[in-house]
Amino acid sequence: MIKDLHNKLVNQEITSEQLTSDYFDVIEKKDPQIEAYLSLNKEFALDKARAVDKKIQSGEKIDLLAGIPCSIKDVICTEGIRTTASSKVLENYVPPYDATVISRLKANDAVILGKTNCDEFAMGSSTENSAYQTTKNPIDPERVPGGSSGGSAAAVAAEMCAYSLASDTGGSIRQPASLCGIVGLKPTYGAVSRYGLMAMASSFDQIGPLTKSVEDAAIVLSRIAGKDRHDSTSMPLAEKNYEDLLSGNIKNLKIGVPKEYFEGNGLDAGVRKIIEESIEKYEKLGAKIIDVSLPGGEYALATYYVIQPCEVSSNMARYDGIRFGQSIEKDFPSDKFSLADIYFKSRAKYLGKEVKRRIMLGTYALSAGYYDQYYKKAQKVRSLIKKEFKDAFDKADVILSPTSPTVAFKFGEKTDNPLEMYLADIYTVSANIAGIPGISIPCGEVETDGKNLPVGLQLMGKWFDEETLLNCAYAFEKKL
Amino acid sequence: MLSKDEVKKIANLARIEISEQEAEKYSTELSDILGFVEKLNEMDTEGIEPIAHITGAKNMAREDKIIEYSEETKSGVINNFPEKKDRFDKVKAVF
Repeated sequence: MIKDLHNKLVNQEITSEQLTSDYFDVIEKKDPQIEAYLSLNKEFALDKARAVDKKIQSGEKIDLLAGIPCSIKDVICTEGIRTTASSKVLENYVPPYDATVISRLKANDAVILGKTNCDEFAMGSSTENSAYQTTKNPIDPERVPGGSSGGSAAAVAAEMCAYSLASDTGGSIRQPASLCGIVGLKPTYGAVSRYGLMAMASSFDQIGPLTKSVEDAAIVLSRIAGKDRHDSTSMPLAEKNYEDLLSGNIKNLKIGVPKEYFEGNGLDAGVRKIIEESIEKYEKLGAKIIDVSLPGGEYALATYYVIQPCEVSSNMARYDGIRFGQSIEKDFPSDKFSLADIYFKSRAKYLGKEVKRRIMLGTYALSAGYYDQYYKKAQKVRSLIKKEFKDAFDKADVILSPTSPTVAFKFGEKTDNPLEMYLADIYTVSANIAGIPGISIPCGEVETDGKNLPVGLQLMGKWFDEETLLNCAYAFEKKL
Repeated sequence: MLSKDEVKKIANLARIEISEQEAEKYSTELSDILGFVEKLNEMDTEGIEPIAHITGAKNMAREDKIIEYSEETKSGVINNFPEKKDRFDKVKAVF
């Protein structure tokens, strides 16, 4: 899809300015109902588009992403454009700098349409935790788009942008991609710089694309990946144009299916059926399906819900009403308040429920006397889970599973019980725990209440082997 | 099971003001989640090292070089101070 748009631009069938204003028209028409965008960036986007048009007219060679309109999840800093993390605490925050991924998009002349809604600080699986608005699933507006990158997924699915950049800490790119019927890629931890991404759980967070096709995901990844001096966890990778490496040939590729992921009754019967059919399709494409064992999968969610709140509790300490963000100091400038009051009251007033819940959970797990029992124990289990994946990847090139145990659920269905909501991430957290790349691709639909709700297939790859992962996804998409 | 008093103690450590009702609610919710993560104890981790870094990166250092930022970036930082005096971040007295 990006390539088609690119060809139209270079062949001068359409200008980037026209393309951009067409997207704004769609947004104007659809977004009052879907509510995917928190803010639009019209003037800036059109300026950029016109600059690209000039380059094309003067015969300059342009990048594949040049002049193509995209959206950005509102947890990624954009210089001069308000970035809220869907939180009241950053209601007026205007970043003085660009995240590295944004600088890289800009260097390729990407057109940024606006910022998309998400769960507050990316904490959630339905986008219902946004402090501003409720994004609807474009396929069924009575259902959630998934989360935390629900705004990005809905915007892509509803053709309100060509692609979107988002973050994935426990499934926040893949799960909404699954629920909205699009492609979502979480790269290997360290493949993409996290500089300028508002930190949620730093040892899991990774930026990746939500797109209409696997090829588009490859195109975006090639342009955002690589070492960055601002993020010490980013790794120097061989520069690859992943989109040129998609052959669609997966003959003899070994796809591992972890039997544990299909046990128990959490997996919806309709979803299971479609995933099983997808496995058969892969067999027909020439892949070898093999059994692998990942018994730790059962413990992945528990591991995640210890380590992640611990990291949250320390990352969220910066929202203290002192250096940036909302502060009660503005409301009560008198000297009646002490420094401690500013902390306690600012955090109480401007942070949302789920954020506070996780801060408290993490504070408890890290407090004296509990550290060994929770944090250290979880980090040991994390070692075990990583080892299981290593062993599985000795046998298999790629591991296949569902992305989400269910199709899109209804608003309010899981909001009363945090634990219930956490279970939405059961198949996706493992990739973040092990640091491996994962992709969700649409693989079928389940009819529910008269609507055809999409099902996502998750593929997980070896560390830094996005090439094999993307090609495996591409083969499926091509033959679907 | 986390008692209401324990919840208040945690909230104090986390510097978040909470009401009685909130303490009550957090006590149930956090207890549920802690009950769920108890599952980890079923896993035998005898002799297993806790993970330090997932991709095994070690001692990553960057060049020790000063990068100058523009006046615009600098004022961008300053403009985000909730309270300021000239170019200083104004805060309450610590003592």
